[in-house]
Amino acid sequence: MDSHALAAQTSETGHIEHAHPPHLRHHFETVEQQREAASFGMWLFLLTEIMFFGGLFCAYLIYRNWYYPAFVVGSHQLKIWAGTTNTGVLIGSSFTMAMAVYSSQVRNRAALIGYLLLTIVLGTVFLGIKGYEWHDEWEHHHVPGLNFSVSDFVHTSAAYPEDKPLPLDMAEKTQVYFSLYFAMTGMHALHMIIGVSLLIILLAQAWGGAYTDGHMTTIENFGLYWHFVDIIWIFLFPLLYLISRHQ
Amino acid sequence: MSTIVSLPDQSTATLPKVSYLNKEYGLKSWLLTGDHKRIAILYLISITFFFFIGGAMAGLIRLELLTPASDLMAADTYNKVFTMHGIIMVFLFLVPSVPATIGNFLIPIMVGAKDLAFPKINLLSWYLYIAGGILLMTALISGGVDTGWTFTTPLSTHYLNTHVITAGLAVFVAGFSSIFTGLNFIVTIHRMRAPGMTWFRLPLFVWSHYAASILMVLGTPVLAITLVLVILERTIGIGVFDPAKGGDPLLFQHLFWFYSHPAVYIMILPGMGVISEVISTFSRKRVFGYTAVAFSSVAIAVFGFFVWAHHMFIMGVSNYSALVFSLLTMLVAVPSAIKIFNWAATLYKGSITFETPMLYAFGFMGLFTIGGLTGVFLGSLGMDIHLTETYFIVAHFHFVMVGGMLMAYLSGVHFWWPKMTGRMYPEGLSKLAAVTTFIGFILTFFPQFILGYLGMPRRYAAYPPEFQVLNVFSTAGASVLGVGYLLPLLYLTWSLKYGAIAGANPWQATGLEWQIQSPPLTENFVETPIVTHEAYDYEWLAHKTEHDEVETVG
Ligand code: HEM
Ligand SMILES: [Cu+2]
Repeated sequence: MDSHALAAQTSETGHIEHAHPPHLRHHFETVEQQREAASFGMWLFLLTEIMFFGGLFCAYLIYRNWYYPAFVVGSHQLKIWAGTTNTGVLIGSSFTMAMAVYSSQVRNRAALIGYLLLTIVLGTVFLGIKGYEWHDEWEHHHVPGLNFSVSDFVHTSAAYPEDKPLPLDMAEKTQVYFSLYFAMTGMHALHMIIGVSLLIILLAQAWGGAYTDGHMTTIENFGLYWHFVDIIWIFLFPLLYLISRHQ
Repeated sequence: MSTIVSLPDQSTATLPKVSYLNKEYGLKSWLLTGDHKRIAILYLISITFFFFIGGAMAGLIRLELLTPASDLMAADTYNKVFTMHGIIMVFLFLVPSVPATIGNFLIPIMVGAKDLAFPKINLLSWYLYIAGGILLMTALISGGVDTGWTFTTPLSTHYLNTHVITAGLAVFVAGFSSIFTGLNFIVTIHRMRAPGMTWFRLPLFVWSHYAASILMVLGTPVLAITLVLVILERTIGIGVFDPAKGGDPLLFQHLFWFYSHPAVYIMILPGMGVISEVISTFSRKRVFGYTAVAFSSVAIAVFGFFVWAHHMFIMGVSNYSALVFSLLTMLVAVPSAIKIFNWAATLYKGSITFETPMLYAFGFMGLFTIGGLTGVFLGSLGMDIHLTETYFIVAHFHFVMVGGMLMAYLSGVHFWWPKMTGRMYPEGLSKLAAVTTFIGFILTFFPQFILGYLGMPRRYAAYPPEFQVLNVFSTAGASVLGVGYLLPLLYLTWSLKYGAIAGANPWQATGLEWQIQSPPLTENFVETPIVTHEAYDYEWLAHKTEHDEVETVG
């Protein structure tokens, strides 16, 4: 960028009103610097998020080691088809989000709006399926604290006849599994809700012509956030649904 | 006594016609500002407010402890008072104290930028802070909390009927304000440095804020999720920490201290930055071993993440981990000591003058050293078993937090006050305040080391009569300390209108901030500065002053 040269020039001759790029905030020297700062800030924020979820993953790791059998039968209660579908939905939404960023780069307003809309739809589908799963777990009395019952874990389940019924004290520990399950998927869903809300704002702005005029830092950074939330799920899905499947 | 203070001729001096303070008027121009300097002032006012509320709580605690019996208030009221004191002082005062006020004001100027990288996020961080403050006051007014500032489970999740959720939310929200401050600092320091401002030309103030910001960004979210789990456990009864459901309260301790140990360095590193600037300015010497001091900040930040279990030695952690954490705790004292030694070496053969900021800085050096060394006592396993949960700990952390950080904060406020407001405060009175604070502090907290060693436990409203004499000393000291804190409030406010005009560089200091007018312009610099000299280069300054008068843009 040549505004560096400009700045140097300004410092010799005093005030020169130089042409101000439309999206350059006054405290940055160049558009380049502004973009770098924004994306650096976003990466740092994602680092914060990693530490936030890190606390939960750490708890999961410890309790999984302690209460292995409880975690196995706990995960057998989850609907694997729902989890798999949701994984597909989210990966799809990451694709549409990436395409939205791309459309913004090539300044294609119609495509940008289309892809943002698709991302919103996929995000909502994910939340819908998740909500359905939670409802189902509620029906089965798997919600610790609110309506938990060990009965599913002290009897052999029809779906997993090879699972031996747990002794009562271990069956109680499935509450830890479900506590973590709800905390982790709940925090993830909260991030999805925030993401979808932001998407709606972005969509409205894109409708008004924003982000296809060369200034796309916001879309790019939101894309990072969306992919991040997606990646969290990519970890949650195997940890909660899959890795104890065949024991 | 010699002094380096050089104020402009008061009969002709005027404040600059335009500055960040008078560029715009009206409440709205403050509440919606993006200017880091105005946000710093907003923070300054609000943390001062909370400091005095927290201070009032401290006064109540000391008053109750004047006599052995629990007579001024009932035991559970006492619990609420010390809890509120701790939460306010830690989360609403010490964590944001230097970074959000002085750091906010100075970091952009010190790196030669017009503002922080994200002005709106900076403002958002203040609003989050205020929201946290309001939530906490709500908890206080609606009946209080009595978990201690540590929110210990299962006490906080199962056994108490107080406003744990509101207070937990308050800390959660205030935590995000500190995350955003840290994030803003890191990006600004990386991306907004003026041409020629290399990493090793940065003032040490910036380095220490950089280190503290790393801790804020990486540590605070862990506290956030921990509080979320506590709140979920209290509201719907999930079982992550609840032993009845298979959870483990020790996990809470690990997560909490994973943040809260680094948090103590969030609370001291920015203060160390202040001390570096002040010591250098008032001994007219470059800080001895600049690189060592810079890297010791980063070392403290890194080691700081690996010592948390020293708060858990008696909680049933395994012997091996206790051993390792004890060793690592000793290690973290090394970079702190490096700083103290380097400041002492800076003083050596310097031309020292004793202005108010310097007096506070001396207070810091002495008190922080005692605090840090007693930390090493506590880090040794055998000693800790004797001393933990006694007044020895209370004395330890007040030496580092009040004797250290609060002294550093006051040092910084006195040092940069002329820059922030353009006016000087009364010399004599401010020196008196510095000395009063020091004497009051020693009198308040030194007896607590002895009390703790003799076995007086912390967090009780009553104590055996044989401890009374030392407690009376402590309460007497607290009153002196209170006077020491009220004085600056009074004369600093007074100086806003009546103080002498300070001019651009009253201390003849070398930092970029002293080369611009006081109070600065909204955009800080008329033109982007090009940095050609190292930090603390007094020859450069003398040269500059000789050739062109220190710039006072009007
Ligand atoms: C310089 C090296 C330091 C060392 C080696 C050290 C060591 C320790 C140890 C081992 C404990 C735990 C004692 C126990 O619970 O049995 C402790 C407690 C504490 N330290 Fe330090 N410390 C140091 C510096 C600091 C600093 C700089 C601060 C704050 C600015 C600080 C604040 C605290 C607080 C608040 C507690 C008590 C927490 C509580 O239980 O309420 N320490 N320290
Ligand atoms: Cu610690």
